[in-house]
Amino acid sequence: MLMRESGCLGQECWSREVLAGWYVPRTELGYPRCRTSSYTLYLPSSLITICMLFNLVLQSILFLPPQGVSQKAHKKLRFVPGIVYIDEGGAVGQCKEIRQKTTSELCEMFRSTGFPFYILPLEQVLDLPGSVVVAPSSLSDQPTSAYKAAVDLFLQSGGGTDVITQEQEGVSLPDVQDSQTQLLQQLMDSAKTLTAKQDLLSTLRQHLLVHTARTKGYSKLMLGDSCTRLAVKLLTSISLGRGAQLAEDTGFSDCRYGDVVAVRPMREYSAKEIAYYNRMFKVPSVVIPSLDTKTPDKASIQRLTESFVTKLQADFPSTVSTIYRTGEKLQTACRSSSAEDTDRCLLCMCSLDTVVEEASALQATLISEQLSQTKAPLITGQNSVEPEPSAAVGRCCSAEGPCEGTQVAAGCCSSPKEHEAAELRSLLCYSCQRTVRDMVSGRAAAVTRMKLRSQREKIIKNSSTTLISKLGF
Amino acid sequence: MPVLCSSCSEKRAVLKRPKTGHSLCKECFFGAFEEEVHQTIVAAKLFKPGETVGVAASGGKDSTVLAHVMKLLNERHGYGLRLMLISVDEGITGYRDDSLETVKRNQQQYELPLKIVSYEELYGWTMDAIVRQVGLKNNCTFCGVFRRQALDRGAIMLKVDKICTGHNADDVAETVLMNVLRGDIARLRRCTAISTASEGDGVVPRCKPLKYAYEKEIVLYAYFKKLDYFSTECIYSPNAYRGHARTFLKDLESIRPSSIMDVIHSGENLSVREGVKMPVQGTCSRCGYISSQALCKSCVLLEGLNRGLPKLGIGKHHRLHEKILSQQPLTESEQRKLKSVDF
Ligand SMILES: [Zn+2]
Ligand SMILES: [Zn+2]
Ligand SMILES: [Zn+2]
Ligand SMILES: [Zn+2]
Repeated sequence: MLMRESGCLGQECWSREVLAGWYVPRTELGYPRCRTSSYTLYLPSSLITICMLFNLVLQSILFLPPQGVSQKAHKKLRFVPGIVYIDEGGAVGQCKEIRQKTTSELCEMFRSTGFPFYILPLEQVLDLPGSVVVAPSSLSDQPTSAYKAAVDLFLQSGGGTDVITQEQEGVSLPDVQDSQTQLLQQLMDSAKTLTAKQDLLSTLRQHLLVHTARTKGYSKLMLGDSCTRLAVKLLTSISLGRGAQLAEDTGFSDCRYGDVVAVRPMREYSAKEIAYYNRMFKVPSVVIPSLDTKTPDKASIQRLTESFVTKLQADFPSTVSTIYRTGEKLQTACRSSSAEDTDRCLLCMCSLDTVVEEASALQATLISEQLSQTKAPLITGQNSVEPEPSAAVGRCCSAEGPCEGTQVAAGCCSSPKEHEAAELRSLLCYSCQRTVRDMVSGRAAAVTRMKLRSQREKIIKNSSTTLISKLGF
Repeated sequence: MPVLCSSCSEKRAVLKRPKTGHSLCKECFFGAFEEEVHQTIVAAKLFKPGETVGVAASGGKDSTVLAHVMKLLNERHGYGLRLMLISVDEGITGYRDDSLETVKRNQQQYELPLKIVSYEELYGWTMDAIVRQVGLKNNCTFCGVFRRQALDRGAIMLKVDKICTGHNADDVAETVLMNVLRGDIARLRRCTAISTASEGDGVVPRCKPLKYAYEKEIVLYAYFKKLDYFSTECIYSPNAYRGHARTFLKDLESIRPSSIMDVIHSGENLSVREGVKMPVQGTCSRCGYISSQALCKSCVLLEGLNRGLPKLGIGKHHRLHEKILSQQPLTESEQRKLKSVDF
């Protein structure tokens, strides 16, 4: 079995071996624009879930086995890929008819692959339990065993399509309530900048993907990022202040979710190579608009970075590979099973990068803000420059957890509202704090309804509120 | 209704801080700007009392503001530093002549000692002469390499303990981006450091007190303080790649003003994978300056200039270092490769 032989999933060799079966000609042709949305592939032999972004890359992986290669080669891969497609139409303002048309087209497309698939409206993220942000210490056995049973059946049936078809029938086109779509749109609208909107959308998408993988019993997510896309992502991450999370954002394997590991097997291939492949094997495609479709270059940081890299690549053809190699040399900090979830960002789920040295960009920014506001005491004298530890991590009065009501009354935070904003910030990484700052303050700070406890751990573990309510709903 | 200063709530605001978006009056802006530099100096423990500190002075806005603020903070907070100005004369007619005049006026305005070290005196070549030989394409390679060493040599002549340079937040962020684009992982790791320890003989520790100051705020500070500075860019334009990084950063800033700090935050939090090869720092066997090769960049460039083979220091010609060291003649094909400079 391929998986067992290589025995090191999450390593380069895995990608090499698996992709060896999915030969992609290294030839250059036209330049495509990737589309975003999502998919899942499943590896039954070792219970691996693979999700991917719905772009050209993904289509290659999906459509090669049934179309380009014989059934024998297909079986050699030893996995039944499951597909998750997340319909983001509700977030980008598509009407119901268009969304339905797109999903039914995709439905046809997925059905032809013979793989089980799930088409989920992004609205479902609104119903996720707050616990989605925490890796459950023990996955409930239910879905795992259910999946095992399905796999066993699949293997017994000699890799036939019976099981899959059954699963396919059960999961097409769930109905979306208008009220849910409105809620999603409100949430999107609360982001005042396109940069924050795009960031928020990708967070929501990630959460739903991880949740889906978890509840269906899969432990691996496969993302279809090409090296072109990863180069853009890397530079975007740097620009958004996500230096500490770079390796997770762009590395081969991404362990931020703990029990579900995301992998990026297509990262060695450029967007051009993939486009060429898709053309050669006549991989079908559906055009799906994204948030920044038809926006000017400077509409958002993500958009700017993409056009910057594309233009630079035209002048200096080694641009993408150089940026990509830079990422290769950066550390991947995989979290150990014992790592505390309280040290993870509530939104992106990466390690918090907000405990910094005294001389740092974060401290300098906090000091600038302090000094530009009313009643900011100008600190004089060389010894009195100890920055307030509270400010350092976005907490308010005490270094350990938020202050109690009495302290609020005593004036440690100028208002309960501010106190809650500080509270929320303390749960977020540097970059996600920036995103939240770009959201309508009422929304972002309206964590009143969030039942915060004095311990962050408790907050996450005991909170029955959804993530979205934490953002103001 | 005039906008009131968001800090003192009394005076009229005269500017909107590019860094935070707050509207401030002149005095509150000066106060905040100076205090921030002070906080940076203290938090990063940049100086010790009694040290002699050389301020790299070019006559431009950054170094003029640096000299002004350093003198002011040294007195205000009793740092106990002996400050002096060090200036490099690259020998660029029409640019350096005028900016050096500015530095000389600064010397009088701030009552600080000044030392000017010239390329001509150190290397026997002015930038003008170098450009005549190598053309405009690669001159910045020369200028950057020579200036770095020239400052060190000037500092050693003056027996200075530390050099502080006028690098601002924009410069640091731009360097982070550029090193990502060039894939230079060693520099990427180093470039956000606010100070460098002495790396060996002939190298004086350096620091950047303006590391977290926005370029736009430095301009505003110089403008409202009516500081005397020289505002023309170097007539020999910077390299193309840095230009791209600069444009990109400006665009980022226009979308989200905090981007400059965000990029620096990214740079400060990058961790390099173990086992990634880093160049080993050694010393130049000719002049003793730090170098990862047998010959330091500046000696190679100089050798190229003196032999009439300007491309020697520009490409990767490490193989030839041994030959140069032992004064062996180069083969004809080697000479041919190094002679032509495409414009
Ligand atoms: Zn985050
Ligand atoms: Zn408080
Ligand atoms: Zn004021
Ligand atoms: Zn040397």
